[in-house]
Amino acid sequence: MSVVWNFPLFTVVFSLFSGVLCMMLSPRAARNYTIAYESVLIVMVGCVLRCTYVTGEAFTYPMGEFPAPWGNEIRAGTLEALIAFLFLVIMLCSIIGGYHFLRQDIDESKQNLYFTLLNLMTAALMAITWTNDVFTGYVFLEILTLTSCGVLIVREIGRTTLAAVRYMILNLLGSGLFLLGLVLLYDISGHLLMVPMRESLAQLAEDPAAIPAISLSVGILTIGLGIKSGMFPFHFWMPDTYGWATPTSASVLSSLVSKAYVFLLFKIYIRAIGLEVLQKTPLLHLLMAVGILGMIIGSVSALRASTINQMVAFSSAAQVGYIYMGIGLGTAAGFAAAMFQILAHALTKSLLFLTTPYLAEVSGDSLKFSALQGSGHRDHLAGVYFTIGALSMIGIPIFAGFSAKLMFSQAAVLSSRPSRTTMVLLVMSALAVSSLLNGVYFVRTLIRIYSGQDEDSGKDAKGKGRSRYGYVGAGLVLIAGNIFLGLFSWMIADLIYQGLWMFT
Amino acid sequence: MKNRFLDWLYKDQDLLSGITDVVEKPDISRSELKEIMRSAEEEYDNRPEVREAIGRDRDRFRSLYMIVALVSCIALTLVLLYTVGLTSNYGMENPRTLEVVRRYVEDGLQETGAVNIVSGMILDYRAFDTLGESHVLFTALICVMILLRIDSKNQRTEYEDYYKVQTDSYFDLSSDPILRLICAVIIPCILLYGIYILLNGQNSPGGGFSGGAVLGAGMILFSAAFGFDTVDRFFTLRVSNIITFVSLAFYSFAKGYVFFMGANGLDAHIPKGTPGAIFSGGLILPLDVAVGCVVGCTMFGFYSLFRRGNIGGRV
Repeated sequence: MSVVWNFPLFTVVFSLFSGVLCMMLSPRAARNYTIAYESVLIVMVGCVLRCTYVTGEAFTYPMGEFPAPWGNEIRAGTLEALIAFLFLVIMLCSIIGGYHFLRQDIDESKQNLYFTLLNLMTAALMAITWTNDVFTGYVFLEILTLTSCGVLIVREIGRTTLAAVRYMILNLLGSGLFLLGLVLLYDISGHLLMVPMRESLAQLAEDPAAIPAISLSVGILTIGLGIKSGMFPFHFWMPDTYGWATPTSASVLSSLVSKAYVFLLFKIYIRAIGLEVLQKTPLLHLLMAVGILGMIIGSVSALRASTINQMVAFSSAAQVGYIYMGIGLGTAAGFAAAMFQILAHALTKSLLFLTTPYLAEVSGDSLKFSALQGSGHRDHLAGVYFTIGALSMIGIPIFAGFSAKLMFSQAAVLSSRPSRTTMVLLVMSALAVSSLLNGVYFVRTLIRIYSGQDEDSGKDAKGKGRSRYGYVGAGLVLIAGNIFLGLFSWMIADLIYQGLWMFT
Repeated sequence: MKNRFLDWLYKDQDLLSGITDVVEKPDISRSELKEIMRSAEEEYDNRPEVREAIGRDRDRFRSLYMIVALVSCIALTLVLLYTVGLTSNYGMENPRTLEVVRRYVEDGLQETGAVNIVSGMILDYRAFDTLGESHVLFTALICVMILLRIDSKNQRTEYEDYYKVQTDSYFDLSSDPILRLICAVIIPCILLYGIYILLNGQNSPGGGFSGGAVLGAGMILFSAAFGFDTVDRFFTLRVSNIITFVSLAFYSFAKGYVFFMGANGLDAHIPKGTPGAIFSGGLILPLDVAVGCVVGCTMFGFYSLFRRGNIGGRV
């Protein structure tokens, strides 16, 4: 325990240092170094996960000699360790799996800077996962915002620059609102540390007159993080951001960055505001409403998309809707389902975003559906990977997507809140409609990539004669994780429940 | 307008592809270049379907956009004002509110050795936040470098270079004797003042961020008055990288060491010094210097990247 106790600190400081170091290295050395050190981090976080699971207790780690309300503090429980572990695995898989395109898309002299950004992003993801202090969350959220714009513009074509500008404007708006909400909450409660803030707010909330102030502050904070993570009315930046970035960036942005914002929001809700206070405000209902709307409208937009990446990106909007719906249920089962959905979606989406460029590569570098006709035959491996990802998104048993949907339905049925019947009806029908729409657009795409074998062999000449071990390996890891989540969902659910129990 | 926007949103063609490609042709005059870019845009606008869409939607879309923007801004302002009005009732009567602040103010000097409580707070009590904050700046520098540093993908054409040299020599101030003389006198003062702010962060208002900004401003003035060639003699990309690397690596390791020792209940063996002296406040002085170096390099780096697409000489 005594050594493992220090690991969360090491993951953050080590990543920050690695970021600065990669600036000094050659592109190749930066890549090798990043892969090596991410692997070390995975082992470290794995130790933390095992340790918290075995002891059944979360631990807090003071940053320096000053105790918590005065100094900073980080905290590690089972849920944090699980999420951090998954983030690191996906980060590593994205780097290895997308390296081929990374070399094509990024100028040689800037490749090491790209790894710098990825390492700083890892530091921010780790800090946001471990933080026990809302302001520390904000500081590292800023790093996350800047690095995510950086990994977008690195491709240096008009579309990514435009997408990055738009993404940055929205993200800064989100950061601003988040900060405003935070300041207002600090003003009311006098604390930035999560648990004292919760106690202070619980005391205030006994007086019904204080509820509007609390709900508005939390609401502003929620909208801020909602914009950043692609909550329903603010999901329109997704297709461009994810659709044009280099595959590693698309995978990292959709699976990690937006999930980190959701996780931070969830952590603030549970640890800094408290469920009792939240249930006195209308926020959970609102969150559920935007979640359900996002599920439906995201899927409808995906149906209308003209390129495969836009479709996958809009389906992200729908999947983020699932997460918000789960949080909106306001029960432990709902939260567990939402956390499970974060894991399942992150694993699936990164696989899809790493795969679509390979399909495009054998189709004359076009992501349009019309060009992709028969691409599954031209690149068998990418076809298989895409099929697996699509099946998981639709929710076919043995894949993670199915278990997530199952957990959402269970959560709705098990809910003991007053308006239970309506809620069950609402959640079930939303799940049904959304799954159906998922099915329609993913099956349509599958039919397209496997129909009309096109004998134009000139199209795939470019992809021949280079090794794809990295992509094959990364894909296999992601698929293995996906199937593990699907088959052994009870194991993961067990971890999540333990983590949730430690949260309060 | 709207259709063009939707076009951009849903089609997989690069909106700027027709326009930016043109820039790569060297040896054409500025007016010709403008003409080509204009005609490329016009060509796009004149496609029958686009023209029809623009004619129909431009005004409606614009006015609608304006109205929606205005309404949402006003609504947000009102909501924020209303919320602030509500929050004023809470806070002070809550005894726990002042718990944190009181210790900073009352025990800050004793516990951190810094007369300037703000420095003590950001570099000692809440050093983890500041560790992140100094890397925010570094991240921004990296992003600007990616965006603006000249490489094979965003090369300036010979024409642009020629144009730049022309305007530079027209606006160049380095041949101005008055400016050079004045700058030769005041730049050392500015740099000295920056160093003073940097070194006195623990004793008086100032510290790494503000001192570094003054140093960076001094460097910018220097390069404006004496030309980039003079600066390139001692401040190249490599030097800038090394300074940034050493400062941030020192920062991470020093603070990592303090966090580690503090959390494990060990003595970090960092003397606090006598309050008021230069060497007081434990690690605050070296950290301020590190932050100052990063801020200075970043400021000058931004200027140099915006002005000529690189830090130091040509790539």
